[in-house]
Amino acid sequence: MISFENIEKSFYQQLVLKRINLEIQEGELMVLLGASGSGKTTMLRMINALEKPDSGSIEISNKKIAEHNLFALRKQIGYVIQKVGLFPHYSVFDNVATILRLKGEKEGLIKQKVHKWLDRVGMSASIYGHKYPAQLSGGEAQRIGLARALVAQPKMILLDEPFSALDPISRVKIRNEFRKIQQEEHLTAVMVTHDVLEAVSMADRICLLANGEIQQVGTTQEIIFHPKNELIKKFMKGDQFQASLASVSLYEIQKYIKEQSILENIDSSSVLDFLQNSDSKFHSEVLDAFYKWKEANT
Amino acid sequence: MNSFYDFLIKNKAEVFKQLMEHIELTLVSLCIAILLGTTIGILIVIYQRSTKTVLSIVNTMQTIPSLALLGFLLPFFGIGVVPAIIALFLYALLPIVRNTFTGITEVDAAVKESAIAMGMKRSQLLFKVELPLALPYIMAGIRTASVINVGVATLSAFIAAGGLGKFILQGIQLNNTNMILAGAIPASLLALFFDAILGKVQKSSLKIIRWFSFILFGGVLVYLLISGFQKLNFSSDKKELLGGFPSEFVYREF
Repeated sequence: MISFENIEKSFYQQLVLKRINLEIQEGELMVLLGASGSGKTTMLRMINALEKPDSGSIEISNKKIAEHNLFALRKQIGYVIQKVGLFPHYSVFDNVATILRLKGEKEGLIKQKVHKWLDRVGMSASIYGHKYPAQLSGGEAQRIGLARALVAQPKMILLDEPFSALDPISRVKIRNEFRKIQQEEHLTAVMVTHDVLEAVSMADRICLLANGEIQQVGTTQEIIFHPKNELIKKFMKGDQFQASLASVSLYEIQKYIKEQSILENIDSSSVLDFLQNSDSKFHSEVLDAFYKWKEANT
Repeated sequence: MNSFYDFLIKNKAEVFKQLMEHIELTLVSLCIAILLGTTIGILIVIYQRSTKTVLSIVNTMQTIPSLALLGFLLPFFGIGVVPAIIALFLYALLPIVRNTFTGITEVDAAVKESAIAMGMKRSQLLFKVELPLALPYIMAGIRTASVINVGVATLSAFIAAGGLGKFILQGIQLNNTNMILAGAIPASLLALFFDAILGKVQKSSLKIIRWFSFILFGGVLVYLLISGFQKLNFSSDKKELLGGFPSEFVYREF
């Protein structure tokens, strides 16, 4: 769906991306994970041509970006950023409707689509439609940002640290909701984050970037349990245990804990008890369980 | 105070005439400055290489003393309404150009980026996002320009362009306090009035601003059409050397 071929890019004579090769499959959620300055945002912005590579090429749907009509291409790619960037002079409804109006769709159809997508992100149009961005909380604004990115039914969506400015509770909630929509709509999603937990709790595959190079591409479990080099181990270190919990299903957690005896030094029974009594498969709830356990133990 | 009131009543036709001339000078030059100023402001945002040069030229214009500017224009445009309007226009340019430029560049980068990322072209970005968001800044610039213009327009009486400056200058010459006040007070009130009105408009919605500019430009255009541009006609004004500082007075000062 999206492929990077030998991409290089430098800013002010400093190489930020070196020989980047990456294939992103249709319908998958690929997370670009890395510390700040690792070039992940630059990579993301190349997909909708907000940045141009110095050399190499990017193909979208087997067609080089240069051969696409830039404005038409961007209309097919949803874009969500940390600062949201809602138009402050437009109401919520108009914010979401803007892209449809740019595409020249009829007002009746626009209304229908905007209402549908506002509902899907949990923001009913009758309550929020007439509000202005200044009247929204951070979480609400980002939901509108999502609706705005999705309303034109793009095949792809790019997210640049979309949830990192939100409080932990709404973050987990909106993450799950987005993941659900992404899977239902079979969206190809590329998400940038520096948060290991966010990465492992959402991704199909993770691409770990450091020093302008791709260190490893793989499923969350591959990255956590089979890190290719020391750099990755180091990056994951602080979050290793939580990340392991978040990345695997309940059954796998139990198996893993038994096999690896990762909980050797801590009282594992309370975690296990809680996890066994919880029948949910959602990663975030596994995370919640862990947080609760941690709280009870400190 | 009573004598001042009597003076006003006695000369109310002249006061009204000068007031109208004053408003005409101010508004005509302001309209030209708005049209050209916002255009220049937009262009220097798009063509960033020209930004510094243009801003410094416009800045220089502002630093020329107002009386000197009228003097500079004399050899080219003579006396009358035309050079006065040109001078006022040049004065009004800086606040409008600078505020347009600042307003557009101050638009939140995240807002611009999401507009570009949803496939807006440059013109769409400008008219749908940048200009509406820069409008409060632009209106503030216009407000400043209008107040400056009312002030400088009092000086245009020196070059026979009329306005309330006529009373002020004449009053100084004749040592007639009432006459000075009959020019000075309405001129000050006019400045306050413009400031208040534009301040209100600045804070109101896009729709009201649109209506306001429509009325402003429409009004000025209609006025110019009705007066048949005769006031802007060089020759007619040159014949009657109305204003001007009598030389003997100037010499008496030194």
